Amino acid sequence: MSVNVEQPAAQPLRAAAFAPGLAFRRFGALIALALLIALNLAITPHFASEQTLSVNLTQICTIVIVGVGMTLVIATGGIDLSVGALMAIAGALAPAFFTGKLFHGGNLYVNIAFSIVVPVAVAGLFGLFNGWLVSRFRIQPIIATLILFIAGRGIAQVWTNGDLQVFKAPQFQAIAIGRVLGVPFQVWIMLVIVVVAAWVLRRTVFGRQVLAIGGNPAAARLAGVPVSRVTCLVYVISGLCSGVAGLIVIAMNSAADANLIGMGMELDAIAAVAVGGTLLSGGKATIFGTLLGAMIIQLVRYTLLANGVPDAAALVAKAVLIVLAVWLQQQELT
Amino acid sequence: MAIEPLLSMRNIDKRFGNVAALIDASLEVRPAEVMGLIGQNGAGKSTMIKVLNGFCSRDSGEIAFAGRPWAASSPQVAQRGGVSTIFQEINLIPFRSVTENIYLGRELRNRIGFLDWRGMYKGARDLLAEFGVTVDVQAPLGEFSTAIQQMVAIARAVSFDAKLVVMDESTSSLDEQEVAVLFQTIQRLKSQGVAVVFVSHKLDELYKVCDRITIMRDGRTVAVAAMRDMTKLQLVATMLGRDLAEVRKQGATAFSAAATAAGEELLSLDNISVGRRVSGATLAVRRGEIVGLAGLLGSGRTETARAIFGADPHKGEIRYQGKPVEFSEPREAIAAGIGFCSEDRKHEGIIPGMSVRENLTLALLPALGRSGIVDETRQRAVVDRFIKDIGIKCASPEQRIRELSGGNQQKVMLARWLCMDPRLIIFDEPTRGIDVGAKAEIQKLIRRLANEGLGVLMVSSEIEEIVEGADRTFVLREGKTVAHLDRKDTTEGALLNAMAHGATA
Repeated sequence: MSVNVEQPAAQPLRAAAFAPGLAFRRFGALIALALLIALNLAITPHFASEQTLSVNLTQICTIVIVGVGMTLVIATGGIDLSVGALMAIAGALAPAFFTGKLFHGGNLYVNIAFSIVVPVAVAGLFGLFNGWLVSRFRIQPIIATLILFIAGRGIAQVWTNGDLQVFKAPQFQAIAIGRVLGVPFQVWIMLVIVVVAAWVLRRTVFGRQVLAIGGNPAAARLAGVPVSRVTCLVYVISGLCSGVAGLIVIAMNSAADANLIGMGMELDAIAAVAVGGTLLSGGKATIFGTLLGAMIIQLVRYTLLANGVPDAAALVAKAVLIVLAVWLQQQELT
Repeated sequence: MAIEPLLSMRNIDKRFGNVAALIDASLEVRPAEVMGLIGQNGAGKSTMIKVLNGFCSRDSGEIAFAGRPWAASSPQVAQRGGVSTIFQEINLIPFRSVTENIYLGRELRNRIGFLDWRGMYKGARDLLAEFGVTVDVQAPLGEFSTAIQQMVAIARAVSFDAKLVVMDESTSSLDEQEVAVLFQTIQRLKSQGVAVVFVSHKLDELYKVCDRITIMRDGRTVAVAAMRDMTKLQLVATMLGRDLAEVRKQGATAFSAAATAAGEELLSLDNISVGRRVSGATLAVRRGEIVGLAGLLGSGRTETARAIFGADPHKGEIRYQGKPVEFSEPREAIAAGIGFCSEDRKHEGIIPGMSVRENLTLALLPALGRSGIVDETRQRAVVDRFIKDIGIKCASPEQRIRELSGGNQQKVMLARWLCMDPRLIIFDEPTRGIDVGAKAEIQKLIRRLANEGLGVLMVSSEIEEIVEGADRTFVLREGKTVAHLDRKDTTEGALLNAMAHGATA
């Protein structure tokens, strides 16, 4: 071993960066995922197959897509409980377009375009409503989004008369089950959303302002950050993400059931965000972390199920993961 | 002097970590006396009160109350022992009724253990009647004016058979009439033999209601005197630690004189009012000068500064660069070329988890964007330039700002505005909580900025900083501009005089 005597000043910094504790805090989610995969390779039969990858990725697609919007909302110090309900609204709206119920005899692909754009835009508008309540009236986010958490699913049910809409529309359903390069199309959608959002958070003025608001709202305002506008926008983005996720769910199921689409999604998304390492009080966020968080939760569940542990026990494992993630965050704060 | 004191606190020491909050402090109150307690921010008044009522423990010292050693472990215990404290923010429950608030924690019960509402309503009515207050005791407390709530708090305090009531800035949220009612109440308490410790920053109030005054500074008790034996000027001088006999220039700060004459007028305020704290603030800033804004704690300096910056709403005309302006958000003031360094760096300045680089360019961020994408090359160039230019000591621009010293954090805040190329910077206590070396550097920088043609408005509670740093000074007293001093007239004597009496020297 040679000792570097030329740059003594650089030593403490480098030493700190490679201290095991710090590394685990920073890359905790990645390390956990790697360990899980290694464990599965060792004990789970037929783990290293395309089938396994495909199943697990499609399981997390909607959670990650919603989780991206949730990450941005949480980065400002807020929370969005309405995501599941907004998924239901988007999912309930879409069939009316591609089944031709609204525009008889129109071009199928035009109808499909409508069935994607309109429901997503509507979900975005409901997100705007959330943002408006939070930024204009300073209502606590948990209460403001609780309104649509309750009312949103009701709106979706009223729209469909509470009926289950069953359909067969392979051209539309391609958004979920079509494959490109052997990978389900919904996985591509998820990856694009993750990459774009991570880039926005890291590189754009908007992204940095989101983190500034979460880090210290009073200071951000005094530094000229348009707090209301940025806050409003993250809820719109969360709404748009929910809309996309809602469409994927109905495309996978060949059916739209306003009672079930996105049920419990808000908590799954928040869990993925928390396990991924985003600070729940705002100011520090990682989009890739949310992706990793969702993967870890899914993989733990898969590991247990594949090895014969009942699903109920898997729920306990999920809770333990969340406790661990929060504990790690606490370590960082002190 | 032969009277046995009701409360005697002697040689009290208290440290919070490395910071000494109280050093050999003392407080003595006689029965049925109103004792004023005054001091600047950080003088130790609040700590003293907290030690008395058991909110904090003391490190050393003796406390005797009513002839016996006193050791309260919590405000509740203190209350039962005869010392009731009414805090600055009324600590009652607005949604519960007046009666519930008065009986909170010691509710009356009837024989079978249920709450005896009838008894409590009657008790509450009788108690308030003693203070000349007749209200519906079943109505929620929050429906009444602050003064009534204050009365309820006092009534509650007294109903614990208090022998000593501590009022911590009880008048700060009251209007004139309400203050008058409060003073009557204090007189009534006195006549019932109850002693009062009255903490306030308003000199007129102290003179109206107090028998004696205790002055604290830097954690020590520096003077105790009968109120009528002490002039306002003496009081202010003692509180700020100035020696009246030799008010002279000492050269304790790093300011030098202005190098250039001031230019045209940049900013002017004409009789503006902000909330309850400010009414009648008038001041003006010209290009290339440092204008001091002086006044005691609570005189409305910060409120005025925030109003200029659009952080709080105001009434009255503010003119900027010759035109009336109405900034409704700080963003608009920033766009017009104004910067503001808050006195509360931790809560209103830094984003603790972000790097020096991001903190420094937070205000500049929109201008660093090309179609919304941050130009990181330019950002780094700006950050490197300012780190070098104003000597920010950090391991790298990527270091988190919360790891920096107070002085270096303040330099980053300064750089946040300098990189905007502003025309006017407002500093609220620019050197608070900063070590001596960094303090001098920041003072030099402020002078350099003014010499380069910027207008500077500097709020400061440090007399030297104003006397030596400001080219002109406006003095606020209870929310009103009471003096406008040119550099040659800005002496300690004149400042203290204006703060104390409101008269122009």
